[in-house]
Amino acid sequence: MKYSYYPGCTLRNKAKDLDEYARASARALGFELEEIEDWQCCGGVYPLGTDEIATKLSSVRALNQAKEKGQDLVTICSACHHVIKRVNDDMKNVEDIRTRANNYMQLDEPYEGETTVLHYLEVLRDKVGFDKLKEKVVNPLTGKKIGAYYGCLLLRPGKIMAFDDPENPTIMEDFIRALGAEPVVYPYRNECCGGYISLKEKEMSQNMCQKIEDSAKGFGADMLITACPLCKYNLNKNASSELPVYYFTELLAEALGVKEEVAK
Amino acid sequence: MQRIGVFVCHCGSNIAATVDVKKVVELAAKEPGVVHAEDYQYMCSEAGQAKIQEAIKEKKLTGVVVCSCSPRMHEATFRKAAERAGLNPYMVEIANIREHCSWIHKDMEEATKKAVILARAAIAKVNLNAPLQPGESRVTKRALIIGGGIAGIQTALDIADAGYEVDIVEKTPSIGGRMSQLDKTFPTLDCSACILTPKMVEAAAHEKINIYTYSEVEHVSGFVGDFTVDIRKKARSVNMDKCTGCGVCQEKCPSKKIPNEFNRGLNNRTAIYTPFAQAIPNVPVIDRENCLKFKTGKCGVCSKVCQAGAIEYDQQDEIVTQKYGAIVVATGFDIIKLDKYDEYAYSQSKDVITSLELERIMNAAGPTKGHLERLSDGKAPKELVFIQCVGSRCSDDRGKPYCSKICCMYTAKHAMLIRDKYPDTNVTVFYIDVRTPGKNFDEFYRRAVEQYGVNYIKGQVGKVIPQPDGSLLVQGSDLIDNKQILKKADMVVLATAIEPNPDVRKIATMLTASIDTNNFLTEAHAKLRPVESPTAGIFLSGVCQGPKDIPETVAQAGAAAVKAIGLLAKDKLTTNPCTAKSDELLCNGCSTCANVCPYGAISYEDKQVNDHGIRETRRVAVVNTALCQGCGACTVACPSGAMDLQGFSNRQIIAEVDAICR
Amino acid sequence: MRNEHSAAEKIKEISGTNPLKCMKCGKCSATCPSFNEMDIKPHQFVSYVVNEDIEALVNSKSLWKCLSCFACVERCPRDVKPGKIIDAARQLVVREKGGDYLKADEIPQLLDPELPQQLLVSAFRRYRR
Repeated sequence: MKYSYYPGCTLRNKAKDLDEYARASARALGFELEEIEDWQCCGGVYPLGTDEIATKLSSVRALNQAKEKGQDLVTICSACHHVIKRVNDDMKNVEDIRTRANNYMQLDEPYEGETTVLHYLEVLRDKVGFDKLKEKVVNPLTGKKIGAYYGCLLLRPGKIMAFDDPENPTIMEDFIRALGAEPVVYPYRNECCGGYISLKEKEMSQNMCQKIEDSAKGFGADMLITACPLCKYNLNKNASSELPVYYFTELLAEALGVKEEVAK
Repeated sequence: MQRIGVFVCHCGSNIAATVDVKKVVELAAKEPGVVHAEDYQYMCSEAGQAKIQEAIKEKKLTGVVVCSCSPRMHEATFRKAAERAGLNPYMVEIANIREHCSWIHKDMEEATKKAVILARAAIAKVNLNAPLQPGESRVTKRALIIGGGIAGIQTALDIADAGYEVDIVEKTPSIGGRMSQLDKTFPTLDCSACILTPKMVEAAAHEKINIYTYSEVEHVSGFVGDFTVDIRKKARSVNMDKCTGCGVCQEKCPSKKIPNEFNRGLNNRTAIYTPFAQAIPNVPVIDRENCLKFKTGKCGVCSKVCQAGAIEYDQQDEIVTQKYGAIVVATGFDIIKLDKYDEYAYSQSKDVITSLELERIMNAAGPTKGHLERLSDGKAPKELVFIQCVGSRCSDDRGKPYCSKICCMYTAKHAMLIRDKYPDTNVTVFYIDVRTPGKNFDEFYRRAVEQYGVNYIKGQVGKVIPQPDGSLLVQGSDLIDNKQILKKADMVVLATAIEPNPDVRKIATMLTASIDTNNFLTEAHAKLRPVESPTAGIFLSGVCQGPKDIPETVAQAGAAAVKAIGLLAKDKLTTNPCTAKSDELLCNGCSTCANVCPYGAISYEDKQVNDHGIRETRRVAVVNTALCQGCGACTVACPSGAMDLQGFSNRQIIAEVDAICR
Repeated sequence: MRNEHSAAEKIKEISGTNPLKCMKCGKCSATCPSFNEMDIKPHQFVSYVVNEDIEALVNSKSLWKCLSCFACVERCPRDVKPGKIIDAARQLVVREKGGDYLKADEIPQLLDPELPQQLLVSAFRRYRR
């Protein structure tokens, strides 16, 4: 199976490992991530203003490329996923944005939200299947107690992201179980880490990240996993760092026995 | 040629403020057949009706057009008035210039133009009207009540006391309904069972009341006064005549791990069970899905221990067919599922419960024998938090847009009872508004605050956060102090929205009773006919019509009973003469009309016809006017134009359309 | 000085929300992780727009404390979306000359070697035109 793949700027730079583990794991699981050409930064945050068009165009370009190839578009970074999925929803359902974006784009055929946007975790759940994933695990992570940190971007708004129950998600827990480890459910797993606010209001982010870490620790987690480079940065920088934070793809690669391959 | 009178009503300023009524009179007077036209302030008043009657007599009118409100409002009024003046009532037509015109338009010139057109159409129709004679149909003097909760029981008792036979059909193994699950009732705090069980017993003992429990309505046909209903009596697997209700079978049943519905799944029951100790009838049923005998063929313990020999594994469902004159829907409510409200951690913590679960916990016969304790560890809670409006008043797609109406009062009741029984337990209520319209209701709520020290905080809760130590952290708003509060709690109770019993959709479809977007049954008129469905002969009792508490439910149940009695007291009903009629010379016997008729009113006969001198026997459609409800489906389905509706003939309707388009 | 009425209308337009749907339950403020840092609280965003008190709203600290985490939007029972309202107020400010909350020359001292690109990109989007 081949997917169009949008890595995003951070996965090409500070979060190279998030990307490399994902690709190696994909190969091991028998699907291919085909990076789309000349992709541009998604902007990191979804432009909420109903009158903003230009800031949504990079997503539309990526979506349209996937459409032309007839492929689903896969993302990994929570922020990219959030922005592209929401822009896709706009293109599908908000006539005004669709019309104006297409006026800018001047495509051969207007883009109307035809592409399906999938997070890498959704590929694992809905396309590969967690049962199948479990079968492919060669190094089960037995004994590890892992807290899934979802953050906000993957889950909300629930109706548009349609990723999981925004208040009580299970996809990452099911993923952890498939790798042979034990998921630790804790109530702050869908609370915000502070995001970009840590640039100027470090204390706020420290407050939030400490709550998240304390909650996870309190319920018995040994480590946290996340899909988002910014969440990982904040949890590392702005909490007591008693719990190590990993990208979910790193544990995936480890369980599938392809981690060394990436290290080389 | 008809001699038509046109009467234009001002309806105070309702019509006259937007429609130039004088102009309508002036232009209507010029229409063909019109010999008299006038306007009046309130045509429906006694003086207004007298004007119509006078004109009928003096001007020898053969037809009347009243330009006024919707015919649903006053068609019957004006037809009766005309009849008293000697005119056939079906010679009266209404032009709706209020709902269809003045109320929805602002521009006087435009509205007047439209009113004139509507009047013209009605006049064109009356020109082709013919006097019609209504027929008669019989009334079966027996009522069916669907649902055996407090609403159904009260309606049944009231109808039966008036001397009519009543059948109650209840889906579960016992009557009693939601009220039987409650512990105490506001605002007087009497024990629910103490006031309900005597009524249950009274219903069961009443010589005019027959109760079908563990039964469901399967099919309904017929019409007002003459319904035929199939009732499925589900196989109970226990002989009701032989069983003595000793309860040994339940003690010995080895399948003990089935979630107890009556206790909202907080504890377990056996496969052979009565829902609760005071159940009526006190005869258990075997839940075949969970019974070992039915699942594996092995077991049979209940049969062995039953001294009365009442266990009958081979019982089959039975269909009882019965005729009824009136049907009362009393299907009640359930609370919504909370799977879309996971921010309140209902599915994550055993100590987050619904108010109905709290009722069972507080009840001496409940899963904790009436002791207030946490379901996680059995400890007594010291800090209790109530969250109001969970799923009520929501305009998103997670909850219900309406106020559930009962929650403010039962929460005050719970809070008060807990503070009374456990004085060292603190109780906090997060509320948006406290709504207590009802006799002695606000006083009751104030008592909870002032005498019992219940802490009411104005603000909704955002999240309930389970803590590693097993407690709960409630993060809520205090809008008065403009603060975000983090309150530690041992137990959280959610005032969960109510919704009509999900079965009501199926039942409404069978009864052709209309239902609103929230699945509440629609009343015939929101203010003036609140206990009647728009479908004749169908009455509404209790929460199936809208949220209400016990006093309101009982009052409405009585009102529904009165309406049903009013119907049952009649020997005959006048039928609507606007029924379908087949022209046997045009009918080719194709059966299309019979296939679309929802009332089974059309049959076929071989008839001798004389078609332009040719005598032959033809298969033609015949309408049973007692069954026909005048819906008109056959008239549009008929390919040869043989079917016509009296009072709404194709010619009349075309004449109306022509008049509008002129 | 802004015209308060047209600014209120602009906020409604940019945010695509109808503040009149609010029933004043306070669930947004009960939800907000930045509540304590805010001078004007999430439930007040709504009433400030209804009352056309926009000058106070756009000068509020809250503009820069909201994380757009969307918890208030997700949980709002009336679909009012306070998070979108405050973002629209922020747009009013950053779209004006000199309205940037993050100046380019501040950045070098805020950088640290591990800081992901995503953070800077996001901050630029939110804080500047």
